[in-house]
Amino acid sequence: MEALTTFAQLLASGLLTGLVFALVAVGLTLVYGVMDVVNFAHGEFLMLAMYAALGLALVGIGPLLGLPLVAIALFLFGIVVYRLFVRRLLAGPPEATVFGTFGLLVLLQGIAQAVFSSDFLSAPRPPFQGTIRFAGLAVSQATVVEGIGALLLTAGLYAFVEYTETGRAMRAVAEDRIAATLMGIDVQRINGLAFGMGAACVGAAGALLMLSYPVYPTAGASFALTAFVVVALGGFGSIQGALVGALLVGMLEVFGGYYLSPELKMVPVFLAYLVVVLLRPQGLLGRR
Amino acid sequence: MSALLEIDHIAVGYDGMRALQDVSLRAEAGAVVALVGANGAGKTSLLRAISGLVRAQSGTIRFAGDDITRVPAHRIVRLGIAHVPEGRRVFASATVRDNLLLGAYIDRDAKHRRTRLEAAFAAFPILRERLEQRASTLSGGEQQMLAIARGTMSAPRLLMLDEPSLGIAPKLIPQIYAGIRAIATGGTTVLLVEQNVGEALRAADTAYVLQTGRVVLSGDASDLIGDPLVQEAFLGIVAT
Ligand SMILES: Nc1ncnc2c1ncn2[C@@H]1O[C@H](COP(=O)(O)OP(=O)(O)OP(=O)(O)O)[C@@H](O)[C@H]1O
Ligand SMILES: [Mg+2]
Repeated sequence: MEALTTFAQLLASGLLTGLVFALVAVGLTLVYGVMDVVNFAHGEFLMLAMYAALGLALVGIGPLLGLPLVAIALFLFGIVVYRLFVRRLLAGPPEATVFGTFGLLVLLQGIAQAVFSSDFLSAPRPPFQGTIRFAGLAVSQATVVEGIGALLLTAGLYAFVEYTETGRAMRAVAEDRIAATLMGIDVQRINGLAFGMGAACVGAAGALLMLSYPVYPTAGASFALTAFVVVALGGFGSIQGALVGALLVGMLEVFGGYYLSPELKMVPVFLAYLVVVLLRPQGLLGRR
Repeated sequence: MSALLEIDHIAVGYDGMRALQDVSLRAEAGAVVALVGANGAGKTSLLRAISGLVRAQSGTIRFAGDDITRVPAHRIVRLGIAHVPEGRRVFASATVRDNLLLGAYIDRDAKHRRTRLEAAFAAFPILRERLEQRASTLSGGEQQMLAIARGTMSAPRLLMLDEPSLGIAPKLIPQIYAGIRAIATGGTTVLLVEQNVGEALRAADTAYVLQTGRVVLSGDASDLIGDPLVQEAFLGIVAT
């Protein structure tokens, strides 16, 4: 009986963790899907968002009010990065975006290091520090808020891509840039928008994560690593795939941390990754 | 009286290689104009120059009296020119409905879209039955019909078709041409690129023959069908 409760407890916390991974991963997969760019600086966008959320917290703006502000700020930041930088990389050879966005990663980490030093900073007195008890399970309020927030935003992004006129244009650009151009779609505008929305996802995620994580210059990197695994597991370019992959990774991590040891929590994740990559290289829900 | 489309002495090249040289062409409003020629003659390059996908290095392209030679590709359809590209290029993982709606991307008016959808179904009735299917599940011929119908969804004044019978099961070709004729009868000017010369010339009013980047022959389509050069080069009929 006790083993069962523990299992249910781990399941709940794995799913909630996974939902936050999903929000980070959908941003990555959206950008990849629309313009075939793997944004290696995605985690650093997350780190910037966490510093921004921290800054807001210091002036008394809490995470829920701060979330849309940080998301909008990152959206605009993403559009600027696309216009000034990614757009030029896309005009070059395919490797250009790999080296270019990796360079951006190094640059943003360096700037954060210089401006904020390597200290771990946490929001002062963050809300939602209680525990929710339900049917014998106990989860922290913060994780529940993070999970639900991430789920709503991921679902919102999916609905946008699937059901709006602009989302349809994004899918068209993802599939065939030339044909999309012939429909009258301005590919550069759609790319910029998708890049901004990808950044807005980590903007929102950063605000949520400040509830339970400290921020430091490489804080985004570990989340980004997980996001890459999630996207590869779920299928590159697939939003549903990112959600499925993220829930899987969240659970494997939590189960691994409990049944193996906290240091080995990533082992089952990378094992699953290896198995999927070998048996289904396009990812669980990926095409082709 | 000027034509709807007037191309004057254009040249197009790729990395120093000339694909088109001193090409001029006219399409009168309401006409079906065929552009025929062998592999690599430059037919696709001409359509790409009109729709802005490649830049003409010299010469001018005028549409409805305006110089459009340097208009960006995504603006061309707003001027009233739809380009149905070679190889169909439907959005394979989108539904037939979404493909058609993307064709009407430049006009979000629901009423216009409904009217055009009905016109598209009139030209290609099979599309109505396939509306909720993914385009990838359609046969090649059906995908071609979808690509043409998608092109009509912007209500273009000029519809450019690049080899609509390429790779299509022969028994479907008459259906595709019936649709093209229906669209032309509705008043749309059609610029029809083909290697299937017989079919194209029968559907067209006037025609141009391209050979290695130059116009070598032009005139009434009915005259060109009988031209010995055309017969020998494209129709496999050798004069005796
Ligand atoms: N993107 C490109 N880069 C380099 N050369 C090209 C490109 N596109 C076409 N060409 C060359 O330009 C010439 C004309 O090609 P184009 O595609 O316009 O001919 P086409 O008449 O449409 O031929 P087909 O009937 O095979 O479609 C060819 O020699 C072709 O190899
Ligand atoms: Mg061609």
